[in-house]
Amino acid sequence: MPLETTSPLPQHRRHGSSAGQPLTRRDGVLKVTGRATYAADNHPDGMLYAVTAVSSIARGRVTALDVEAAKAHPGVVEVLTPANRPPLAHDPDEKMPPFGFRVEVLQDDTVRYVNQPIAIVIAETPEAATEGAALLNPQYEVEPARTGRESGERFDPEVIGIGAPARTAHGDIEAGFAAAVRVTEADYVTPPQYHNAMEPHAVVAQWDGDRVTLDMPNQALALSCASHAAYFGIPAENVLIRSPFLGGGFGSKAILNGPQILAILAARMLDRPVKLALTRAQMYGPVGHRGRTWQKLRLGMDEEGRLTALHHQALCTTSSFDEFLEPAANASLPLYASPAILAEHEGLRLDVGTPGPMRAPGLASGSAALEVAMDEAAEACGMDPLDFRLANYAETEPTTGKPFSSKALRECYAEGAKRFGWSGRPHEPRTMRDESGFLVGWGMGTAVFHCPHFPAEARATLRADGTALVETAGADMGQGAWTALAQIAAEALGLDPDQVELNSGISSLPDGGIAGGSGHTASAGLALHNAGEDAIARLAELATTDPASPLFGAGNIGVVARAGRLHRRDDENRSESYAEILARAGRSDVVGTAKAARDPAVASAHAMYSHGAVFAEVKVDPDLGQIRVARLVGAFAAGRVINPRLVRSQYFGGMIWGASFALHEEAIADRRTGRIMNADLAEYHVPVNADVPSLDAILIPEDDPYVNPIGVKGVGEIGITGTVGAIANAVWHATGVRVRRFPVRVEDLIISREFA
Amino acid sequence: MGYHMSLSIRLTINGLKREIALDDPRVTLLDLLRERLHLTGTKKGCDRGQCGACTVLVDGRRINSCLSLAASLDGAEITTIEGLADGEDLHPVQAAFIAHDGFQCGYCTPGQIMSAVGLISEGNAGDDPERIRELMSGNICRCGAYQGITEAVLEAQKDLAERNRRDAA
Ligand code: FES
Ligand code: FES
Repeated sequence: MPLETTSPLPQHRRHGSSAGQPLTRRDGVLKVTGRATYAADNHPDGMLYAVTAVSSIARGRVTALDVEAAKAHPGVVEVLTPANRPPLAHDPDEKMPPFGFRVEVLQDDTVRYVNQPIAIVIAETPEAATEGAALLNPQYEVEPARTGRESGERFDPEVIGIGAPARTAHGDIEAGFAAAVRVTEADYVTPPQYHNAMEPHAVVAQWDGDRVTLDMPNQALALSCASHAAYFGIPAENVLIRSPFLGGGFGSKAILNGPQILAILAARMLDRPVKLALTRAQMYGPVGHRGRTWQKLRLGMDEEGRLTALHHQALCTTSSFDEFLEPAANASLPLYASPAILAEHEGLRLDVGTPGPMRAPGLASGSAALEVAMDEAAEACGMDPLDFRLANYAETEPTTGKPFSSKALRECYAEGAKRFGWSGRPHEPRTMRDESGFLVGWGMGTAVFHCPHFPAEARATLRADGTALVETAGADMGQGAWTALAQIAAEALGLDPDQVELNSGISSLPDGGIAGGSGHTASAGLALHNAGEDAIARLAELATTDPASPLFGAGNIGVVARAGRLHRRDDENRSESYAEILARAGRSDVVGTAKAARDPAVASAHAMYSHGAVFAEVKVDPDLGQIRVARLVGAFAAGRVINPRLVRSQYFGGMIWGASFALHEEAIADRRTGRIMNADLAEYHVPVNADVPSLDAILIPEDDPYVNPIGVKGVGEIGITGTVGAIANAVWHATGVRVRRFPVRVEDLIISREFA
Repeated sequence: MGYHMSLSIRLTINGLKREIALDDPRVTLLDLLRERLHLTGTKKGCDRGQCGACTVLVDGRRINSCLSLAASLDGAEITTIEGLADGEDLHPVQAAFIAHDGFQCGYCTPGQIMSAVGLISEGNAGDDPERIRELMSGNICRCGAYQGITEAVLEAQKDLAERNRRDAA
């Protein structure tokens, strides 16, 4: 496949602004030379190693641990079990607001899932700690594992996801179905998936009296300081988290977990620094996952193929002791117009670790089912899948009637379809073959993701030499935050990005909000933008009140900051450099600060989403049923693009996650024991390079005056949505087989009568 | 510490000859590099030979350092990501990874780059992207930077072939 099919990087250059330019990553050199330090790369003097021993059963009690044997192993310093674990100041069986989960930190001898920590061994070397943990030889009293729909305990949840209502109704759903001339109904299943960031969760903890420094990958610095402080009974300001680089997060590094807390506790107890890094297998339990769902979709259509009713039900799994329910059915709320929409969730408790937010929580699973259901409905109406979606295009938010802050989805459909060649799609399935005889199919799906905005703070310092330092405690887990945030700050400061130093990734800086929900660039970016403007305003104040300045008296007229100089707004020839202004004022710097949040009035008056359209081509071996994605074209509209190079990479990453959801990823539990049979990177399939086809991401321009003053929406998660359905629909178009269980597998095709 | 037979090995690491007293025979090359020598550029993603994050060159060949016992490598010559650049001058593969955005979080990157360097120096890369995708498939990138990685390897291989031709001429 040619690589040249990728679109050239567009240049959304603002006049005199670096924002919109495809700069390469600021941290590029550090990352390609191995000098970027991730948490586990730290080695403070006197450091010990911690390794957790984890349960191999899903439910029951630990009845014995051979602590003697572990302690006798050379190099082992201490073994923590429920018998000697020092107290914590917060009850781990209580949730911690705003969205802390219950954690397993050796509070008792119960086992609630496989891979739960049941002891932690601390030793002088990693080898000794590992061997010590193996020597514990746990004995259990085993209770039957609840691993599926039949054995789990059903319940009606109060909330789903993070605080969303479990049921949302718009219009009269039964009246909607009564008015339909056609109704389609089907069940869909999505599997448990694990984040599997390449960097395992790790922490290096160092105590100094009642202060602790944590080198730890972290997506929510301020929040994590507060939560850790509560566990250790110290003020939040006594916790310093350093997270300059994260080796991927995808949601799993935003929430506290037991193993890290235990390692921090061990460091305090032993008064020595302690490092803990989970093994890959240990990441399948205590650090969250995407819960399994069973979904039912019922769609009613009128004569013209317009929806009269859209009913989405989801049964979502959680652990036996806490709740995070994938808000899957809510995927049906923002996208398609219908006089009646009903989204409902039910919970199912299993003996698994508590699920958590994983890249595009809810929308990934929900959109997978919805987009296939839309394809089936289009087929039932005899309509082209794209025409069917256009017939149901929502001009306002379907369930609220609110206007969208911006929505360039039509353009996404049009541009994506054009680039893909969608108009040449034969309507009938199983009608295309390539030159080698493979079955070829084309499918599409709509992508959507919300635009949250987290409160954030920032500081901008203009320095005597005319450069600037900008600061906010943000997180770069690969999205390119260090680069994009510096571009936003540079624009506000009227400087080149090279003249702007960005400090971030450490909790002692102003709160940069949460790197999650695809809201980080907008949230931390707006804070930096405002801090930059504040610094410029203070600088302008110095100049316009100084009779010696060419800008004297321009206070009411205003000044423009550009290329390191302030210019009179009405006479651009009168200007002065930042350095000159500061020098004459005898100042070494001028500091601007800002707090930023979304304006609640604007927020409540508008529905805010990023949108996109994804088109997929698959090829299927007619004999073996093997499926390959040959092409993916995505067109996305997500407000203003700060750095098209990085944004394109985010879309690519999301689309690859979509391909992974559609065809690869699934954690498989042994029904008898609850053990995950593929808890490693060989058997839990994530795409490798050869699985990834030619990708094309089109960046559709979109001006959004409401979403926030910098017009930025989110791009990190939307790429998964739409892609999953597009691929599954392409498999149907290639083969005539409709698979409603993810991932779509060879066996789903070859056992089907239609395939033969 | 009873396992502490003192075992001494000689390694040349990034051009530097070192005499290393191994404190434990169980130490893998990866844990020797990371935890003893504090060469932490090489990453651990699985410790099982399944992800490629720990790829280094041993006597010019790509290996997963997590699968190799340090004690078995006496006399070997090892190149890690820290030894690739010439001072501040990046190796062409490193430069190409930046130019093509061949990474996001950067955690798999040292392994990807070492694999690419090995691939190219073995004369295996060629100019067919399909082949490069296949041969780079031992290195997982969960961020999904594959398109950039493939482009970077293609460009670096072209660049290096060019240099070799010039050197030969
Ligand atoms: S850490 Fe060696 S292959 Fe994964
Ligand atoms: S860049 Fe994050 S895993 Fe490859």
